[in-house]
Amino acid sequence: MTGTKTDIIAQLQRDILSLQGFKTILNNAVVDAGLGSIKNAFPNASFPLGAVHEFIYTGEEAAAATSGFVAGVLASLMLNEGASVWIGASGTIFPPALKSFGISPDKVIFIDLQKEREILWVMEEALKCTGLAAVIGEIPELSFAGSRRLQLAVEQSRVTGFILRNNPRSLNTTACVTRWKITPLASELPGNMPGLGFPRWNVELLKVRNGNPGKWQVEFAGECLRHISRITAIPPMQQKKTG
Amino acid sequence: MPKRFMAIWFCYLKTDWFIRRIPVLQDIPFVLSAPDHGRMVITAVNPLVLSQGIGTGMTVADARAIISSLQVMDDQPGLSARLLKGLAEWCIRYTPTVAFEEPDGLMLDITGCAHLWDGEKQYLAEITRRLNHFGYDLRAAIADTIGTAWAIARFGKDSSIIEPGRQTAALLPLPPAALRLETTTIERLEKLGLCKLSNLISMPRSALRRRFGQCFLRRLDQALGNEEELIIPIHPIEPYQSRLTCLDPIVTATGIEIALQRLLDDLCLRLQKEEKGLRGALLKCYRTDGKIEKIGIGTNRPSHNSRHIFKLFEIKIDSILPAPGIELFVLEALKVESVLPLQEKLWENTGGLDNIGLSELLDRIGEKIGVNNIHRYVPDEHYWPENSYKLASSVNEVVQTAWRVDKPRPLQVLARPAPVEVTAPIPDYPPMIFRFNGKLHKIIKADGPERIEQEWWLQDGQHRDYYCVEDEEGHRYWLFRSGHYEVDKLYQWFIHGFFA
Repeated sequence: MTGTKTDIIAQLQRDILSLQGFKTILNNAVVDAGLGSIKNAFPNASFPLGAVHEFIYTGEEAAAATSGFVAGVLASLMLNEGASVWIGASGTIFPPALKSFGISPDKVIFIDLQKEREILWVMEEALKCTGLAAVIGEIPELSFAGSRRLQLAVEQSRVTGFILRNNPRSLNTTACVTRWKITPLASELPGNMPGLGFPRWNVELLKVRNGNPGKWQVEFAGECLRHISRITAIPPMQQKKTG
Repeated sequence: MPKRFMAIWFCYLKTDWFIRRIPVLQDIPFVLSAPDHGRMVITAVNPLVLSQGIGTGMTVADARAIISSLQVMDDQPGLSARLLKGLAEWCIRYTPTVAFEEPDGLMLDITGCAHLWDGEKQYLAEITRRLNHFGYDLRAAIADTIGTAWAIARFGKDSSIIEPGRQTAALLPLPPAALRLETTTIERLEKLGLCKLSNLISMPRSALRRRFGQCFLRRLDQALGNEEELIIPIHPIEPYQSRLTCLDPIVTATGIEIALQRLLDDLCLRLQKEEKGLRGALLKCYRTDGKIEKIGIGTNRPSHNSRHIFKLFEIKIDSILPAPGIELFVLEALKVESVLPLQEKLWENTGGLDNIGLSELLDRIGEKIGVNNIHRYVPDEHYWPENSYKLASSVNEVVQTAWRVDKPRPLQVLARPAPVEVTAPIPDYPPMIFRFNGKLHKIIKADGPERIEQEWWLQDGQHRDYYCVEDEEGHRYWLFRSGHYEVDKLYQWFIHGFFA
């Protein structure tokens, strides 16, 4: 009896999700593989495609970590020869580095803009374009109305949007599906070897609609995210020999 | 109606064109030359040079020996075809059927056209006068057959208009070369002493066929009018343009939009039929006060999608000032290219960079915000980080070399490396601490150095020794020292980027 009850509840939850616009995408394996167990935080345990995700960070170091995480997710979105648009105010992305995250940098169109109005307009137009794999926009301030417009655009086109908010003035409510915060963690090589290891990040999922927010510590090992079981103690301050 | 043909022979087509462009050449002996088997061979001469005994086919060196002050210009491949095509299109005002034959002739089918100019004499004089006015030296002839007109234009001595049915008499005093024969046949005829057509026109046909081939007889028959000859007339492309006149002057934006929509539908329908697309378009609005308002657009790839092109124009409609009203709209496709229809896939809606939706998006962004803000990067074969990638010339540019992944590169870089204060223990060791933006970073882990030398053939300066470092907060940086670590020399540490 209990088994059937939980089945009914699970079925009802799925129905509610589909009524709320979360479509179950059958072939979503690529994105899941990139995220590992983080996907359990999402409704239906699948990364929401065709939605807008929001990332918050402060400072250049966190900006690099956030764009690294976004690039990792983007790589699995762009697997099928897809193209994406990166709209930025800063223009600080170093294209050749994207290759090491699995993205072909020539498949990314960079649009460098200064005015916030223009960035929002281009972002909205790009999100309406069905042929794109993803659209990334660096928008520090995003009003609720602005985020609603973006959300409406993606609901039509099923394009995935990423909004990178550097040093936002206020953490206002937005219509985005998720809100993330990525900060860098100290890397480590096996056996306390000197030198830098794979990039490690502290991934915080601050908000997720119909899901469970969480906190993970992950390492980006070449192709996919790997979870770190425990926070390794920062080694005593000492000069590492290199070369 | 008996056929009448007019042949025009441009005696100095290419050199006359050069003189038209550079009038100084009028009184200077000059030739055009092109490389052939390692020599510079003359391909065209002007009349001044011809009178000195220099002809085409001579080498430039020989010609210089005759005229030391000879001016030599480079010939352009395909020039004569281009010029003749232009002249043929111009001649359509005299007859609808015009053909050009390389290297230097035009053939006009003037049947039923000459009376509009009060007879053939005036007709011929008019064309000659107009072309002479352009600066072309020419000879023209009118006859019943193409062959005779061609022969009289080049070899005729007396009258240039052959009365109907008189072509045999006109051909008799001409040399065999007037029959448009192959060089070998002409040489053989001359060897036999047959230097006038009158010598051989009475010979039995079977003998002529045996000695000179069927081709000779065909040319002879064509010239005499015993055999029909066809010309392949040119068809000039109708300009990609559509016009809309308005009964009442248009003053509102809605009116302009409707007019534009109609013009676009017209033009796009035609483009679609011809499998072409426009790369640039211009809308001209003729106002009642005589002023012309213009707006133009450009696209990344040829398009005949009227909705898309309308969207591009829509952004700029505000800039039209209708003032007293617009009475005529003209939409012109400035650049037209052929469209290759893409094969659509059912199961995959992302077409990568070939996606039409993407190129239409970029068109819209380019029109609204500016094409200069849109960048796409392709790898470049340089080690210097700033030069390791370059701007792609277009969305469709193919990547020629692979992106390098063998060395660590930061995801975020500074627009230009910022100098930092650094404490390093001994030469070639990574630094212990560095100060950037007033904050002190203690370095825990480091990798390096990776030395990148200047490309001395491109730029001067010192090499860079790059280190990847991580501070106690887990932040990763890309630092470099410019130049060698020496006491008496100048060196400086910089921060260049941030690793993910």
